[in-house]
Amino acid sequence: MNRSHRAAVAGTLAFAMSASLASCRGGEDSKVDATSGGTIPVTSILDETGPLSGYGLAMQDATKLSIDDINQNGGVLGKQLVLTDEDSKSDEANYTVLARDAATSDAAVVMGGITSASREAIRPIFHQADKLYFYNVLYEGGVCDKNAFVTGETPNQQLQPLLEWAAAQGLKKWYVLAANYNYGQISASWVEEYAAENGAEIVGGPSFFDLTVSDFATEVPKIENSGADLIVSLLVGPGHLNFYKQWTATGLNEKTTIVSPSYGLGAEQVALGTDGTGILNAYPYMPSTGAEDSLNQAWTDAGIENIITPGAVSTWNAWHLWAAAVEEAGTTDRDDVTAALEGGVSYDGPAGSVTYDPQTHHAVLPMSLWKDTGTGEMELVELLSDSAQPTFEQSKCDLIEDPDQNEQFTP
Amino acid sequence: VIQVQAQAVTLMSSSSGVSLGYDILANSATLLLLCLGLALVFATRGIVNLAHGEFVMLGCYTAVQLSSRGVPLVFAIAGAATTGLILGVVLERLLIRRLYARVADCMLATWGVSLIAVQVVTIVFGSTSTGIPIPMGSFSVGGYSKATYSLVVIGLAIAEIVAIYYVMRRTGFGFRARAVATDSAMAEAVGVDSRTVDTTTFAIAATSAGFAGGVLAPLLGVSPTMGSGFIAQVFMAVIVGGANFVVGTPLAALLLGGAQSGLAAAFAPIAGQVGLLLIAILIVRIWPGGLTRTMVRR
Repeated sequence: MNRSHRAAVAGTLAFAMSASLASCRGGEDSKVDATSGGTIPVTSILDETGPLSGYGLAMQDATKLSIDDINQNGGVLGKQLVLTDEDSKSDEANYTVLARDAATSDAAVVMGGITSASREAIRPIFHQADKLYFYNVLYEGGVCDKNAFVTGETPNQQLQPLLEWAAAQGLKKWYVLAANYNYGQISASWVEEYAAENGAEIVGGPSFFDLTVSDFATEVPKIENSGADLIVSLLVGPGHLNFYKQWTATGLNEKTTIVSPSYGLGAEQVALGTDGTGILNAYPYMPSTGAEDSLNQAWTDAGIENIITPGAVSTWNAWHLWAAAVEEAGTTDRDDVTAALEGGVSYDGPAGSVTYDPQTHHAVLPMSLWKDTGTGEMELVELLSDSAQPTFEQSKCDLIEDPDQNEQFTP
Repeated sequence: VIQVQAQAVTLMSSSSGVSLGYDILANSATLLLLCLGLALVFATRGIVNLAHGEFVMLGCYTAVQLSSRGVPLVFAIAGAATTGLILGVVLERLLIRRLYARVADCMLATWGVSLIAVQVVTIVFGSTSTGIPIPMGSFSVGGYSKATYSLVVIGLAIAEIVAIYYVMRRTGFGFRARAVATDSAMAEAVGVDSRTVDTTTFAIAATSAGFAGGVLAPLLGVSPTMGSGFIAQVFMAVIVGGANFVVGTPLAALLLGGAQSGLAAAFAPIAGQVGLLLIAILIVRIWPGGLTRTMVRR
């Protein structure tokens, strides 16, 4: 072995181990002039490039469409919104930098963050700077912060009714698969709690998988061996998509039902096609071609190729709720807008009416059960609730009573 | 600990042992398909191609695009291999050619290529995952259901290693390639056109990556960043395999794939991931040249 070979070995090993840490930093300065009279600056921070762009791009599209929609309808307080669109490049370090910039900017509101890790990196920054912040994607629940509004779904709005429905169908032997980070881990402990409540038994798992895992060959026989009649999948991301493919390839999907609160978040139903047939999820809204709601109309008119994701729906609802609250308050002042949002401002979103629970700052939204038809779309099975409440958060968090509460509760 | 060991032993001895054996074989075959191209250029020319994962990804996208237009899978796979071939020739002529014996520069350059490839694919095809439904049905191994397509993957992995062995050992090109690998200046002196040999070697490697992408496309969620999901394992297998890649890479794929599947089956999926890395580090620490250091016959 010559020297260059040895260097290559060392270099390759170093690369292989640090590949996931690799990142490029970059900053762009696109602040809006504070004196520009007839406009209101707002900021969005999302993962628009890099591994998380699979979630971020649809949310970015929804952000732009929302701003356009609001502006076309006369803006807010007669002023046009001007969006500063920041890309965190799937890197938490960028989030912190961009959030610090946004916190000291004149933006009236900041929306963004996708993974829970990124949210927890930036939420304290906005809290400290008194900069109103919205988080608009499904998550593990529990955030309690006067300065933050959560438009995404929580486990007891989504996972709980999904599992209650499954138990009511007589499916009581559950096998749990989960992504190995805080969303998967916290949600998995919720599954255990819901199993106890519904008289179901966890016959296998929770098995945790790093996001880079893409081979599930050894897990499939374990599930088969466990005698499970229901697989609860808390899997996330393109690597984990392979579980559904590898499971379907064995033909076992005929005998076992899969429910997944995270399914559809990254347009899994499109990627899987026939391999996804029969998988069930719970969301307020899933896209179908030709739907006549405002979001689908805007989406189709803009000619966006990727489908509407649940994160895009939450983002659309959040911007419209914020705009309605500003109209109601007559100002963009944080405390007045917060009061308006707590006062029950509602928006008639693509799936129905959405409002914020004043006590927890979490969205109260309609929740439906959907089933993958194998054609790239989910079909409505039934409406589970027309106003799903964040009950766990309500049991721990009361921002009306105690505005100084600032933490994330876990089960 | 004893209980856990007992659990592992039970797993090995029961009929699920047969099932596990099959899973190990399938996992190793997948790893081997992904590795071979990388191993070829690394062993013969010391090139570390950090864009290898993206070659595979582009192969996947070719197969997905063709397949979605109604092209049968066999031809979609051929198309994927062709994409690899074209990319390989172009990249070697434009870039790699200038960077032989400049290991660090070459790593940096190919890493740049990988970033560009990911972003271009994201812009052209979007960032959401796509895929091809898995063809064929399922069959039973030791009472457990397996995808029939995994048999195809195992068969193709074996066929590819045999083909590469044949090319490297039994053809004039293989003879010249080994000569260039051993001493390119001397090979030139005796009339070997080392530039053509280099281009051909790199093209074969890229074709192999594209082919792997095509074959594995039905089994994988295809997304622009999919390369980063398997590239660490692939590099480990290449390094562990060592200089004689025709023997070493299959050995390494079996060892690492087996360790990963076995540990994942006996304990938890995370144990498989950790075990693979630990074993790879251990082997490279003990034998810096990889498994085949003592039998280098390039």
